[in-house]
Amino acid sequence: MARTATAPGAPTTALGKAALEVDDRLIVAGPLRRTLNKVFPDHWSFLLGEIALYSFIILLLTGTYLTFFFQASMTEVVYDGSYAPLRGIDMSIAYASTLDLSFDVRGGLLIRQMHHWAALLFMASIVVHMLRIFFTGAFRRPRETNWLIGVALLILGIFEGFAGYSMPDDLLSGTGLRIMSAIILSIPVIGTWAHWAVFGGDYVGELIVGRLYIAHVLIIPAILLGLIALHMLILVKQKHTQFPGPGRTEHNVIGNRLFPTFAGKATGLMMVVFGVVAALGGLVQINPVWLWGPYNPAQVSSASQPDWYVMFLDGSTRLFPAWDIYLPGNYNIPALFWPTVVLPGIIFTLLLAYPMLERKLTGDTASHHLLQRPRDVPVRTSLGMMAISFYVVLLLSGANDVIADKFDISLNAMTWIGRIGLLIVPPIAYVLTYRICLGLQQHDREVLEHGIETGVIRRLPHGEFIEVHQPLGPVDEHGHGQLAYGGAPVPKKMNQVGGARRAIRGFFSPIEEPTAVELEQRGEDRGLATAEPQRELTTSGRPAEGGRPSEGGRPSEGGRPSEGGRPQEPRD
Amino acid sequence: MSTTNPQSDTQPDEGPRRPRWSRRPAEGSPAAAARARRRSKQRRRLSNVAALMAGLVLTGALYSTLAPGAQAADEGSESSAEAAGRELYERSCISCHGENLEGVPNRGPSLIGVGEAAVYFQVHTGRMPLVRQEAQAPDKPAIFSDEEIDQLMAYVQANGGGPVLPSGDLRDGDLAAGGELFRLNCAQCHNFVGEGGALSSGKYAPSLEDANDLEIYAAMLSGPENMPIFGDNQLTPEEKRSIINYIQTITDMPDPGGAGIGRIGPVSEGLVIWVVGVAALLFGIFWMGSKA
Repeated sequence: MARTATAPGAPTTALGKAALEVDDRLIVAGPLRRTLNKVFPDHWSFLLGEIALYSFIILLLTGTYLTFFFQASMTEVVYDGSYAPLRGIDMSIAYASTLDLSFDVRGGLLIRQMHHWAALLFMASIVVHMLRIFFTGAFRRPRETNWLIGVALLILGIFEGFAGYSMPDDLLSGTGLRIMSAIILSIPVIGTWAHWAVFGGDYVGELIVGRLYIAHVLIIPAILLGLIALHMLILVKQKHTQFPGPGRTEHNVIGNRLFPTFAGKATGLMMVVFGVVAALGGLVQINPVWLWGPYNPAQVSSASQPDWYVMFLDGSTRLFPAWDIYLPGNYNIPALFWPTVVLPGIIFTLLLAYPMLERKLTGDTASHHLLQRPRDVPVRTSLGMMAISFYVVLLLSGANDVIADKFDISLNAMTWIGRIGLLIVPPIAYVLTYRICLGLQQHDREVLEHGIETGVIRRLPHGEFIEVHQPLGPVDEHGHGQLAYGGAPVPKKMNQVGGARRAIRGFFSPIEEPTAVELEQRGEDRGLATAEPQRELTTSGRPAEGGRPSEGGRPSEGGRPSEGGRPQEPRD
Repeated sequence: MSTTNPQSDTQPDEGPRRPRWSRRPAEGSPAAAARARRRSKQRRRLSNVAALMAGLVLTGALYSTLAPGAQAADEGSESSAEAAGRELYERSCISCHGENLEGVPNRGPSLIGVGEAAVYFQVHTGRMPLVRQEAQAPDKPAIFSDEEIDQLMAYVQANGGGPVLPSGDLRDGDLAAGGELFRLNCAQCHNFVGEGGALSSGKYAPSLEDANDLEIYAAMLSGPENMPIFGDNQLTPEEKRSIINYIQTITDMPDPGGAGIGRIGPVSEGLVIWVVGVAALLFGIFWMGSKA
């Protein structure tokens, strides 16, 4: 903005003058400058949450279009639209308007499908984003609040999705709604009253679609929007975390400023998310309600599943034994209560409380802005894998009839695989992950101590063969490295410390001249070829050369460790 | 039975109790009144038996006049198709279904009364002959030619009787009503779209995707494997034709929304969003972001 100013405080261009006029009145220059200068870490995993944000934007836009045509009413009509196999059938206005939306509104089916795909993507990207937060310890003090908000967004997202796919009043969603009604009824003491409050009477009544609609288009989105705004405000206030590495401390953030680099990236990513959702919406059919038929409580179809983010509850219901509890006085706690109310209650309570639990158990109450690599916190990583495996067993069990059918497995066997798997897979996942974490740590330590394996085999005068190791830093009299283990990535290939010539930049195709890069390399006096004359014939390679790994192999690149032989993406 | 006999209660000295219908030796009874009572009872018993016999004869006569006389025609000559069918049967079916279609315990059910509809369905879809005994016969390319299937049908129909195949346009029914009937009667196993689904213990409802009209009709008539029989009292021929019309219409219908991904709803949609959607976006952010 200041590029055209010739004198301080005196813009000369029309744009500059206009900006000055605005700033005189609104005094935005200061905050705007701070905001535009905010630094975002450039690691790819920091973009996962943004996928969720952009899916939410798509949901708002497409959802608004859908509200123009969808009518949330359960009044019965006789369908007379353009889909012949349902013409003349009694159905609710909600279902009829969904059919009209799909077949008779221009672009309606595309927008409806984009909306549904974006909803699935929204939930999936929230989960992936949360996994990143969890496994890197980004939820630790001071970011517990944002973790809580994140879990609240996840739970609200599940309810929002459920309300959304239940509204068309088709046979699949009606089956889901019937199950939800049964779940509410199964709650001891308050169940019946809660059901009457939600449905306005016995199942199904004539109110529920209208209520779901208001929840889906007004109440839950408003809360979601507010929480997302809060989530991001807290993020800006607390600043980003970052992975440990060269030059990265608890008191800085290394990356790109919001303007222009990150804004460019974010816009690009938004376009990619829009593109993927539009491609799915246009090319892959989702929730073809015309094939399901209108809801009729007398009808049900095999392979009736909820959308994937609710499917784990379907799975828990399928696995849980039919243990009804009969109490004196004609009271009864149905088996459904445990897998669909108690289990998710426990799961989400643990999820919400995890930062506090970990703080309590480890006694670590310090503020953390540097992330941890999963291998460096094996207990948390293993707990996380344990939780994931538990969840995946439930998720797959939710689809166990489809799996049984498509892979020719007995459905009974699938149920028992799920029941036994639910108990034994998580501990196995815990142990395996723990060992893998320790193994990865060991390897890092070994490289720090002995250096990188160069692949060069030498024969010593007395006949022994040794592999030449390249130490990463200064060594002691035994040739052992003196670098401390820092929880940061350790280069493990010679290429990663400039052993080969620098990788040519470009993701799909090179964006530099290979010959120019080679010339630059020679000028820099780095790499194997240039170092060859100075190489000593010892087991430890070049003790005097090579920077400390904390400075990376390539100081000229801002201290980032390089990516080695793979093509490199443009940095800026 | 004898315990309910009041006579034995009055004569405790009579030795072992006898069933009432066994003839008593004529011997002196203690009371003439009792004898007279017994004689009147015997007379009543005789008249009862006579009435029962008369009723049975009448019923039999009535049945033989009213029932179709198909049975009588079978006795004599066997048509050439039936003879060929018998040969096929004795070569490929007899080991499980028995010499006279009576079935073999633990191997194959009786074919008496299943009719040509069952034969058509089982053999035309390749389910029979069975490769091995398992939860359910899977469909596979038919072993027999259409002509051989006709011969088998003729043989089984001639010797066992049962439902016969329909003729005419099997899709001649109301489309939307067929859909409603399909969702009411078929969808709980075959799925809303006829994609099929799992049943207990390795059994399953097969996909209807490549079933032809006649196979679907024959299946409804004969109730193969785990399927119930939908006789003409449950679903009228008209309703059966409507259902077939609906199944074949939606099977042939292109998916207006794009790739159908199996038309099984949320399971394949969940798979697509993770394997295609999330994977594509991860690729996108690898492209944009840097690695550690």
